[in-house]
Amino acid sequence: MSVRERDPLTGHETTGHEWNGITELNTRVPRVIWWAVGITHVWALIYWVLMPAWPLVTTYTRGLLGYDDQERVERQVAAAYAVRTDWTTALATLPAEEVRQDAALMSHVARTAPSLFGDNCAGCHGADAAGGPGFPSLVDNAWLWGGEAEAIMETLRVGINAPHPDSRWAQMPAFGETDILTRPQVRIVVDYVQSLSGLETVATQERLAEGEILFAENCASCHGEDAAGNRDLGAPNLTDDAWVYGGDDAVMFETIHNGRQGWMPAWEGRLTTAERMMLTLYIQDLGEEAGR
Amino acid sequence: MMTRLMATERQGALILSGLVALAGLILAAAGRGDPMGVHGWITLVFAGGVLLIALRALDAPEPTEDRLASYYDDPTKVGILLALFWAVVGMGMGVWVAAQLAWPELRFDAPWSSFGRLRPVHTSGVIFGFGGNALIATSFHVMQRTSRARLAGHLSPWFVLLGFNLFCLVAASGYLMGVTQSKEYAEPEWYADIWLVIVWVVYFVLYMRTLARRNEPHIYVANWYYLAFILVVAMLHIVNNLAVPASFGAAKSYSAFAGVQDAMTQWWYGHNAVAFFLTAGFLGMLYYFLPKRAERPIYSYRLSILSFWGIVFFYIWAGSHHLHYTALPQWVQTLGMTFSVMLLVPSWASAGNALMTLNGAWHKVRDDATLRFMMLAAVFYGLSTFEGSFMAVRAVNSLSHYTDWTVGHVHAGAMGWVALISFGSIYAVVPLLWRKEAMYSWKLVESHFWLALAGTVIYVFAMWNSGITQGLMWRTYTESGTLAYSFTETLVAMRPYYIARVIGGALFLAGAVIGAYNVYMTIRVAGHQAPQIDYPTGSEANEPAVPAAE
Ligand code: HEC
Ligand code: HEC
Repeated sequence: MSVRERDPLTGHETTGHEWNGITELNTRVPRVIWWAVGITHVWALIYWVLMPAWPLVTTYTRGLLGYDDQERVERQVAAAYAVRTDWTTALATLPAEEVRQDAALMSHVARTAPSLFGDNCAGCHGADAAGGPGFPSLVDNAWLWGGEAEAIMETLRVGINAPHPDSRWAQMPAFGETDILTRPQVRIVVDYVQSLSGLETVATQERLAEGEILFAENCASCHGEDAAGNRDLGAPNLTDDAWVYGGDDAVMFETIHNGRQGWMPAWEGRLTTAERMMLTLYIQDLGEEAGR
Repeated sequence: MMTRLMATERQGALILSGLVALAGLILAAAGRGDPMGVHGWITLVFAGGVLLIALRALDAPEPTEDRLASYYDDPTKVGILLALFWAVVGMGMGVWVAAQLAWPELRFDAPWSSFGRLRPVHTSGVIFGFGGNALIATSFHVMQRTSRARLAGHLSPWFVLLGFNLFCLVAASGYLMGVTQSKEYAEPEWYADIWLVIVWVVYFVLYMRTLARRNEPHIYVANWYYLAFILVVAMLHIVNNLAVPASFGAAKSYSAFAGVQDAMTQWWYGHNAVAFFLTAGFLGMLYYFLPKRAERPIYSYRLSILSFWGIVFFYIWAGSHHLHYTALPQWVQTLGMTFSVMLLVPSWASAGNALMTLNGAWHKVRDDATLRFMMLAAVFYGLSTFEGSFMAVRAVNSLSHYTDWTVGHVHAGAMGWVALISFGSIYAVVPLLWRKEAMYSWKLVESHFWLALAGTVIYVFAMWNSGITQGLMWRTYTESGTLAYSFTETLVAMRPYYIARVIGGALFLAGAVIGAYNVYMTIRVAGHQAPQIDYPTGSEANEPAVPAAE
């Protein structure tokens, strides 16, 4: 039963069908819709003519503008490199002291290094480079391998315990696990090492004396007679209050009993020499600021 | 409910659930020691539960009612309740993962509670669990009413509904165990995918058979959309999930596609899931419940035709706009972009058709929160389709892509459009289905409306801000031609918006919980009322003697 009715409100006719009370008006498609259809289609057509658009069997319509995404991005990347070459070449070749003399170069460093550090280093060393358990602070002036520009550059280039052929090698032996020291002996050494940096210990004099002997026999070869560390081996100074892992009983027991081999990636091949130079200068400056 | 089935149908239910339980057992045996085995057990318990229900009703007397004289609404009712259950679960998960992004400690360090596993529980929970159940339930309802015919079958609707929910359950539990195909919105593994194909084919056949029984000469627009939804989702699901299982005893498979072809297939699927699941299906809902509630004729039948064919034709091309500036050849990107822009016209024609239909009923929109849900849904549909076409333009996309803007866009659609039209339709249909005079509390509907609106607006604005900030920070260079911001700095900048998003999401969730409570109370305590006419009528002569059964 198809009964067309007129909707009193709009004056339009219905289509004459009804579904469970629902009817439809047969209103004409508003002109604005046809305009919109026209405009979007014409725009699409123009775009297809100008740009790569339709597949052919083995190729595609390339468009009158001859625009090619891949070419364009290669050009842009090349141009971006070109803009930077002047100062990045200088950074890659000049020694750090000379870079420091050059205000223009240093302003590039100041602009670039923070985000470089944030993207590559902050994940381990912390956003403020102050480190955390297992990851040394880079601003406390207590260096494992040295804080001179050359030393830092080398650390960054080859990494520590990293798969780089020239990697720095830091091995704190597992004295307990390899049975070089018994557990009580490890505890004695812990007490002794804590006393070196003025940490509170309740150990007796005899115990500390025993520790001193154990230290001289087992540890001094790397950490030094005076326990002030050895930068050739990356053995930390044990007399200061800067810790990579920590100075409290449990942590230090673990260090000496199970050993430690921190891992720092090698950045050669991942960051350019110029970038590593910027990071080196940046770390040094951060340390100086923190020291002040 | 079982007593409304005939003895043969109850026996059929017994056999079917027995078969599914057996399949579960096989899965459990083959997948011992693998998450697939757990899925086997889940299937076994699920099907076993259904089997028990069937068994207990096996000796019930034959139904006395004249079945052809009423609509079959039991599956619809269960579907609506399931939709509400999944809404609360899925949105709850959403609030949790949003909170994890603001406060990572909420990850709690268990493998299952990591962001990567919970996120798909959220997305699948709301899209498939909530949206899918709402679509299936309303499609059963709308199809029967607009065809004036009872569902063609009494077993298959249950098979579709319960089978689909088994799929959802397997999907969600799989994510928690780390099972994924790594394809967004198509994460479930091969056996779950095969199961869904079976369920979906039954759905399609049921739909076509009911349509064939119709007592109306013409097919109403809502049914075009539901049909497009069922048909195209089947096609998308099958193609995108083509894969070779690594073994028949484990939840691991390898996609039939590789590299950029895989990416293109995935986003052809992904975008058309938006088109045919989240748009076409819900347009079906809109086209039925909005004019019904407003008691106004559809503004223009011709506009309906134009927008239906426009939407189904243009959407299919648009997927490649998810892969702008990637390894995908530029000509494919061009097609994706231009078709996305042309798609705007039929999309807006649909939204406009809905809003123009409300002419003459605006006083109802003002007074009736249920209709206002539908009105606002149409507005958000218009907004998010405009935004979508805009973001598909390559120049815009180069800023918006990979940022929270995309997330904001999705939620303008998912919360503002999909969820609002679903809630509106649920509020419209629940009193009718349960033969109640009205919802338990119109005030609660009203507060749900405002919570949903506030939640959506807060969420979307937060993500616009966050996304655009993020996109701009990524592309800001210093005078030296180097990047100005590290990635971490962008995260720090986004954090306030992440917190705002948690608040928006929590408001929206609160609305859904209120809605579920309101529906529960409606069923329990609202006053009884039989509707004037709600049964199939062939012709006047065929008027049934018994009114629609309770
Ligand atoms: C995967 C974590 C990690 C990342 C990323 C990382 N580091 Fe390290 N870094 C370490 C660890 C661990 C050590 C200490 C190794 C050891 O115990 O000897 C270290 C040591 C260093 C040292 C030596 C400190 C000293 O006292 O001599 C420097 C300098 C350094 N890192 C700089 C950087 C810079 C610059 C970056 C970014 C390009 C960076 N690190 C990225 C883990 C990391
Ligand atoms: C083979 C050389 C070597 C010997 C021998 C050695 N150490 Fe070490 N030690 C290291 C190195 C290298 C590190 C730094 C490891 C790292 O950071 O990865 C280290 C680290 C430590 C630390 C951690 C410091 C911190 O900042 O947390 C302690 C404590 C320590 N050693 C104590 C000892 C004691 C006590 C002994 C003797 C029982 C000893 N070491 C013997 C090389 C050695």
